[in-house]
Amino acid sequence: MQANPLFTALRAVGAWGVALLLFFPLGWLFLTAFKTELQAIHVPPLFVFEPTMDNFGEVQRRSDYLLFARNSLITSVGSTILGLLIAAPAAYSMAFFRTKRTRDILMWMLSTKMMPAVGALVPIYVLAQTAGMLDTLPALIIVFTLSNLPIMVWMLYTSYKDIPNEILEAARMDGASIWTEFRHVVMPLSVGGLASCGLLCLVLSWNEAFWALNLTSAKAGTLATLIASYSSPEGLFWAKLSAASLMAIAPIVVFGWFSQKQLVQGLTFGAVK
Amino acid sequence: MNRFLPRALMAPAVITLFLWMIVPLLMTLYFSFVTYNLMQPGERPFSGLENFHYFVTDPDFWPAVMNTLLLIGWVIVITVIGGVLLALLVNEPFPGRGIVRVLLISPFFVMPAVNALLWKHMMMNPIYGVLANVWTFFGLTPVDWLTDVPLLSVVIMVAWQWLPFACLIFITSLQSLDREQMEAARMDGANAFQRFGYLTVPHLGRPMAVVIMIEMIFLLSVFAEIAITTNGGPGNESTNLTYMIFKQSLMNFDVGVASAGALFAVILANIVAAFLIRIIGKNLD
Amino acid sequence: MAYLELKNIKKSFGDAHIIKGVDLQINKGEFIVFVGPSGCGKSTLLRLIAGLEPVTSGQLMLDGREITNLPSGKRDLAMVFQSYALYPHMSVADNMSFALKLANVPKDEIRKKVDYAAKQLNLTNYLERTPKELSGGQRQRVAIGRAIVRAPKVFLFDEPLSNLDAALRGNTRVEIHKLHVALGATSIYVTHDQVEAMTLADRVVVLKDGLIEQVGAPMDLYDRPANQFVAQFIGMPSMNMIAASAIPSFSAQTGGRLPSDGFLGVRPEGLRVSPVNGAGVRGKVDLIEALGSDTLIHVDVDGVPLIARQNERTPLHVGDDVAVELDPSVLHLFSREGHTVAA
Repeated sequence: MQANPLFTALRAVGAWGVALLLFFPLGWLFLTAFKTELQAIHVPPLFVFEPTMDNFGEVQRRSDYLLFARNSLITSVGSTILGLLIAAPAAYSMAFFRTKRTRDILMWMLSTKMMPAVGALVPIYVLAQTAGMLDTLPALIIVFTLSNLPIMVWMLYTSYKDIPNEILEAARMDGASIWTEFRHVVMPLSVGGLASCGLLCLVLSWNEAFWALNLTSAKAGTLATLIASYSSPEGLFWAKLSAASLMAIAPIVVFGWFSQKQLVQGLTFGAVK
Repeated sequence: MNRFLPRALMAPAVITLFLWMIVPLLMTLYFSFVTYNLMQPGERPFSGLENFHYFVTDPDFWPAVMNTLLLIGWVIVITVIGGVLLALLVNEPFPGRGIVRVLLISPFFVMPAVNALLWKHMMMNPIYGVLANVWTFFGLTPVDWLTDVPLLSVVIMVAWQWLPFACLIFITSLQSLDREQMEAARMDGANAFQRFGYLTVPHLGRPMAVVIMIEMIFLLSVFAEIAITTNGGPGNESTNLTYMIFKQSLMNFDVGVASAGALFAVILANIVAAFLIRIIGKNLD
Repeated sequence: MAYLELKNIKKSFGDAHIIKGVDLQINKGEFIVFVGPSGCGKSTLLRLIAGLEPVTSGQLMLDGREITNLPSGKRDLAMVFQSYALYPHMSVADNMSFALKLANVPKDEIRKKVDYAAKQLNLTNYLERTPKELSGGQRQRVAIGRAIVRAPKVFLFDEPLSNLDAALRGNTRVEIHKLHVALGATSIYVTHDQVEAMTLADRVVVLKDGLIEQVGAPMDLYDRPANQFVAQFIGMPSMNMIAASAIPSFSAQTGGRLPSDGFLGVRPEGLRVSPVNGAGVRGKVDLIEALGSDTLIHVDVDGVPLIARQNERTPLHVGDDVAVELDPSVLHLFSREGHTVAA
């Protein structure tokens, strides 16, 4: 049945309107990053102006943006790789060597994710302090990995389970050993799942603020801490803040655009199909 | 080999998660029963339930609990209702639907720190902020958001960030709505509202439950937005449980009391998690 | 000596006994069909032979060797799965050569075998495509090709035609038959469709509730069913079953051999329906199914529903009064428990 063209038009107007409204703060951030400070605080707000790239250089000069960006990159990528190395075998085992207790173990893993981070703040802080690991990157990598581990195991488990059992049986009939089965059938077919999982972990680690703010300061700070430090203003700084923010969020927002479906799966623990 | 391999594969994950769960928990348990201040390490005398008492009688406690509930409640209401409406709006094709979807989900991927500062300065600043300009445009006095309505401000920031999440979930769920069922209902004479009430809403029941549960768990730990914008203030007007514990532990350095508070938070989260696990568990083949 | 032998095979999943003791001997080059209603265990039995499930007790012998505890890959068997189970990330050629590669067969020999099988199955032009780019029928042929290339001792087919549409099913059935004639390979074929069973099999194995009801050539099963279950399972539409006391004039024609609490069985083609003045019992026409090549006439005789089949068109209509007689040379007699009474 064809849709009523009037409804479609109304729908389009409504949807576009809401979308633009909700996206506005981000769009505004984008514009402000290219303004001068004076333009940024101009009343009424400026939509038309001559863009400048000065802010980006300024941010780097003043607060060594690249250092924080590097830390963000290292901790995100590091925790993703470490996470995959630990989670993949576990998920594989649970998917293909299922036992009566597999389900319970999976549920237990998920439940560890549901505990508020603040519950572990004090002990982890004290541990880090005692081990002399405050304000170090390895500490962050470990904490990020453990925070994301349950979700990663879950996502990989579902993507392994998606491989039809009959294909594995066919491989078995063709004479494949367990290792051959893994190498020639399971791995190629689960690359997509691994990628989505990795992306999700990258996003979560990159945006992570709670542990970053509490466990680091000058040396191992991530972009989250850098941005947070802009909260105590020293004169006009909006344009620079916007520039810094834009650089901090752009990669992840773009990542997010490409991995919507996987993220839904991962974040709802698969409860919504 | 048959019994060994699976266990070996699972071991790293299970062991690390177990430690991650048990060690902090035991330590928190221990700390909550002793007097321990990070500024005066050394003596850690047993203090029974004193920490709990202190935490609960802290003038910030009940306001923090209230604020936590209000924050979670309001954000859930806004995101669920908004999410459902938006999902319905976007459910049928129209020109540029793909781009609209991308625009709608973007806020969710923004770092909470950026989220906080974006709103604090660019949107909510009473003189130069965008909202202030809009207010003056309509001839009203701009609202000093963070000072006058701090909790509401935090609610707005957090809801803005989580609305896309709820929306995305509902969009995904609506796509699995059985078209044929809708057509059958149409043939039976049901109008749009009836179809919505009798078919769509029940279908969305489960994702709604999931969204509510998941948001409850994550919103309990809202931290960055508060720490970066209002610092819990003015006073304790926008302090939630998490921020209060943080204040105790890393600002007052009173680890004992903070641990007592943390236990409260953990118990709260446990209750919610138990429900969520049940729902997910049903979905696990 | 039998080529493939099943000795008292039993299989349970926990408390559920799926296969309750199956003995079977299959000769080299035979095309055996396992047939039976849903849940009878035919697929399970096939998977036991394939080694995809372990037997709970019993023995499997292949070509003189015991294979009961061998892993699937070492039994020299090939299986065509119901869903084809092709490797989605490999081309047709790679799908078909996978097993040979694992067995370290030299590359040019693999090439030759794959090309030969592809020619047999009309797949030569598709060798470089992936399963995604193929139609259902083509995928099915790749699945068969994958099995042929290995030249195994026995081919196993698990309901290979059920995912095809009706027209394709008919054609592929003929192709499988021709392939069997060309290759002469021992095959075990599982299906719930008795038309496939009747047309493809050298011998049919009818299974029910984990036990063999009867084994024999298709026509043997048709003409001399061992019990009521087989009699009604084989043949479409089913054999008419009439309680001994229901239509006395029919029962009388058995010459007293029919037990008074037993059943009289007669196939639709064994009943003759004629206008009401003819010889036979009185009845009323309930329904007429005109198929073009034959006609099925549903008749109600004293409350007993019967189906008759004839090769001609019929001038009869629903509600007509008719006379029904039976051909006494094709009667089947069954005891109350369902066993065949000797004719």
